Amino acid sequence: MIKQYETVFIATPVLSEAQMKEAVAKYTKFITDKGGEIVYEEDWGLKQLAYPIQHKTSGFYYLIEFKANPDFVAALETQYHRDERILRYLTVALDKHAVAYAEHRRQTRAAKAAAPKAEAAPAAEETVEPAAE
Amino acid sequence: MANVNNEIRYLNPPTVEVRKKKYCRFKKAGIKYIDYKDPEFLKKFLNEQGKILPRRITGTSLKFQRKVAQAVKRARSLALLPYVTDLLK
Repeated sequence: MIKQYETVFIATPVLSEAQMKEAVAKYTKFITDKGGEIVYEEDWGLKQLAYPIQHKTSGFYYLIEFKANPDFVAALETQYHRDERILRYLTVALDKHAVAYAEHRRQTRAAKAAAPKAEAAPAAEETVEPAAE
Repeated sequence: MANVNNEIRYLNPPTVEVRKKKYCRFKKAGIKYIDYKDPEFLKKFLNEQGKILPRRITGTSLKFQRKVAQAVKRARSLALLPYVTDLLK
């Protein structure tokens, strides 16, 4: 039985950009290798933690949504647990409402990401016009 | 005549407190899922120390109070919200 899951992990802030990418690639590869299917990925970047974890006050957040068998989750979590770069992780099964919400969130975020670019071009023109007058 | 005499008369009209009926915002807005990844939204259900507010104050229905609690706890474990603090918000 395939279920949809969502996992967020926090990696240490000492990692470089390339190391972070490598860590992400490791987990995405792990999911696809074990017969999972990645639905969505999101990089939250370096964020301030609400409280220190292992004496770190910030961390790289990364979100992966995937479809997999329920017994895969335990394997993924042992991988997280053994990895010293991972400060925290959370894997959550998504019910039908959560899937709908995730879909909606994705679309609004995509729209938001597209909107500023579309707005920026006319806004730039507007600022030029008064200067010309 | 008798009726008029029995009626209680006030100098000032008595102030009747009209309490606004509390409602569950999730039921009203038709929200089905509460996201733990949105700490700004969850802060509406926390007091200044980061404790979860009771239903009696927020008016949330039992079904959604459980979901709020679940979401807040998930957000706490991901360090999106603090477990204990002063002067949240």
